[in-house]
Amino acid sequence: MSRPLPHLVLARLRESLRHPETIFWTFLFPILLAVALGIAFRGERPGPTNVVVVEDPGAAEVERGLKADNGMRIEVLSREAADHRLRTGRAAVLVIPGDPVVFRYDPTRPESRLARERVDRALQHAAGRTDPLGVSDNLVAEPGARYIDFLIPGLLGMNLMSGGLWGIGWVIVEDRIRKLLKLQLATPMRKRDFLLAHMLARLTFVPLEVVPLLFLSWLIFGVSSAGSLLSLTTVTVAGALSFAGLGTLVASRARTTATISGLINLATFPMIVVSGVFFSTSRFPDPLQPLIRALPLTALIDGLRGVMTDGAHLAVLWPHFLVMGLWGALSFAGALWLFRWT
Amino acid sequence: MKTLPFAGPEGAGGTAVSLLGVVKRYDDVVAVDSLDLEVRVGECFGLLGPNGAGKTTTIEILIGLQEPTSGEDVVLGRNWGGDDRSLRSRIGVSLQETRFPERLTVAEVVTLFRSFYPRGRDVPSVIREVGLTEKARSWTSKLSGGQRQRLALACALVGDPELLVLDEPTTGLDPQARLQFGDSILSYKDRGCTILVSTHYMEEAQRLCDRVAIIERGKAIAIGSPGELIASLDGNLVVEVELAAGDVGDEDVQRLAGVTSVRRENGALLVSVREAHVTVPALLDLFRICSASLAQLTLRQATLEDVYVSLTGRQYRDE
Repeated sequence: MSRPLPHLVLARLRESLRHPETIFWTFLFPILLAVALGIAFRGERPGPTNVVVVEDPGAAEVERGLKADNGMRIEVLSREAADHRLRTGRAAVLVIPGDPVVFRYDPTRPESRLARERVDRALQHAAGRTDPLGVSDNLVAEPGARYIDFLIPGLLGMNLMSGGLWGIGWVIVEDRIRKLLKLQLATPMRKRDFLLAHMLARLTFVPLEVVPLLFLSWLIFGVSSAGSLLSLTTVTVAGALSFAGLGTLVASRARTTATISGLINLATFPMIVVSGVFFSTSRFPDPLQPLIRALPLTALIDGLRGVMTDGAHLAVLWPHFLVMGLWGALSFAGALWLFRWT
Repeated sequence: MKTLPFAGPEGAGGTAVSLLGVVKRYDDVVAVDSLDLEVRVGECFGLLGPNGAGKTTTIEILIGLQEPTSGEDVVLGRNWGGDDRSLRSRIGVSLQETRFPERLTVAEVVTLFRSFYPRGRDVPSVIREVGLTEKARSWTSKLSGGQRQRLALACALVGDPELLVLDEPTTGLDPQARLQFGDSILSYKDRGCTILVSTHYMEEAQRLCDRVAIIERGKAIAIGSPGELIASLDGNLVVEVELAAGDVGDEDVQRLAGVTSVRRENGALLVSVREAHVTVPALLDLFRICSASLAQLTLRQATLEDVYVSLTGRQYRDE
C-alpha cells in the first residue's frame, strides 16, 4: 500500500528547510522587524514640541510667555527660516507676534494641532487667563495598549499571508517551471494529494512562524494574549488556510517566476497598507471601510487583535471567520478550476 | 520474465501502443499529422527525428498528458479518459528537461516517486540498477547531467512498469554517458518490458532500438528495424572521401557505375554505392583524371542517418 501524501508533505518540508533563505524569511525576518519597530515606537515620553517664533517686533515678549511651559523647544528665527522649518517638519507651529498673534501650521499634522493648542494656552496664561477648574493627569503605560501590542498581531497576520502566498504560490510555480508538475501528472499520483500536501506542509510551518515571534515579543516587550491559546490557534489556522487557498490560486496558471512574484506582490502590498498591519484601518475614509473589512488580511489581523488585546470569545469573531473562510474556499475552488499542470 | 496482464491479438507479440491517424493541431500549427504507430510488446521502439519534428507531442498524447485533436490512441489495451490512474500505474515515464527538487537526495526523490505507485520495486535496487548507489545520499543539485538523466530513469522504473516511455533521455549528454545510459535501457528491455524512446541521435536509435519510426514534420516517414530501413536504401554502402587537393564534380561521380547518390557534408564527399568493388576503383580513376589527391577514403555501412537523408533530401542535424 503506497501512501503518497506523507511522502509529498515530507519532501516539501525537507526542500524548504534545506534552503537557508526560507529560514531567514520565515523565522528571522519577522522577529527582526518586530524588534526594530518595537524599539522605534517604544512609547517613550513624547519629545518637546518644536515652536518657532518669527523675528518680528514683540517676539521677545512671546518667547517669554511660552517659556512658562517647559515642554516646548522655542526658537526665534527670521520669517524665511521659520517657514523653511515648518515646511520641512522641524517646527510644529510658527508664532507670528502682533495683534492678533498668528499661529501658522498645517492642520493635517496632529502634532501641529496639539502644538497650536499648547502655544495658545501658554500665551493666554501669560496674558493673565486663569483656569476656573483644577485638573491633574494620571498617565498609563500598561501592556496591551502600547504600539507594540498593536503591532505584533499585525506582523503575525502579515507573516501568515506571506507564508501562504510565497510558500505555496512560489513553490508550485517553480515545480511547474521544472516540469515536475507535468512529470507527476504522468504518474498515478492523485492531483488531490498533491494540493493537499501543499496545504499540510504549509500548516506544519505555521507554528514555526508564529511561536518564536510570540515568545520573543513576550520576552522582550512583555506582549501577551488576553484571550486563550485555543482561540489564538483557531484564528491563526483559519488565516493560514485562507492564504493557502489564495496561494494556490495565484499559482494556478503562472509559468514564470516573474509572473508569480508580480502576482504575489500585487496581492500582498495593498493589504499590507490598508489591512492595519502597522496602523489602524480607521485612518482610511469611511466609504472604503466595508471594502477593507472584506479583505482576508484585515479579517485575520482583526481576529488576532480581538483575541490578543480584547480577549474576545471565538463566537464573537464569526464575521472574521466568514471572510477568511470565503476567501480560502473560493480561491481554492478557483485554483482547482484554473490549475495548469503543464 | 514478468507476465503481462493482457494479451494482444497476437499473444506475446501483442500490441503495447497503437496510434491510429493521430492529429494534434495548435491554432494554425500541425504538430502531429495523421500519425500511425504500433509498438509491440517486448520491443524497444524508437521515435527518431530532428528537434521540432513532433516527437514530444506524440509522446505526450501517448501517455495521456495531451488529448489528440483527432485519431485513436490505445495504450496497453486501454484508452485514456477511463481509469487513468490504473493505466498510469503501468507506465513509467521520463520527460524532457525535468529538474528535480534541488535539495532532495537521489534516494528521497526515488522514494517519493515510488510512493505514487500502488506497487513497485525496492528503491535501493532501482538506484543500483541505474548506477547511482554512490550518489544515493547526494542532493540532486550535485549530480552531473548524465546522473540526472539516470535519476529520471530510476523514477520511471520504480513503479515496475510494463511500458517505459522516455522522451529524449540522452539529450545533452556526452557520448560516454549516452553509452552508459543505453546499457541501462537495454538491461531493462532484457526483462521483457516494452520501451518507447525518442531521440535525435541516429546512432543511438540504431544501437538500442528493435524498430524505429523516423518522424518528420509530424508524420512517420519510415517505420521498420534499423536493418530493414538501411537495406531498403538503393545502395547501402557509403564511401566517404576527403580530398587533400583538387576537386571533382558531383555529376561526374554520379555517372560512375554503381553509384546511387552523391552528397557533401562538412567538406567530405559521401557517395552511396551498391557494390564497392565496382565503384571504388572507378572513383579512384576519376580522382586521377581530375588531378585530385586523396586525404582519406572510408568505406562503411549505410546508417539511419543516410536513410534520413535519402528520404528527406536534407542533411540531418542532431543538435
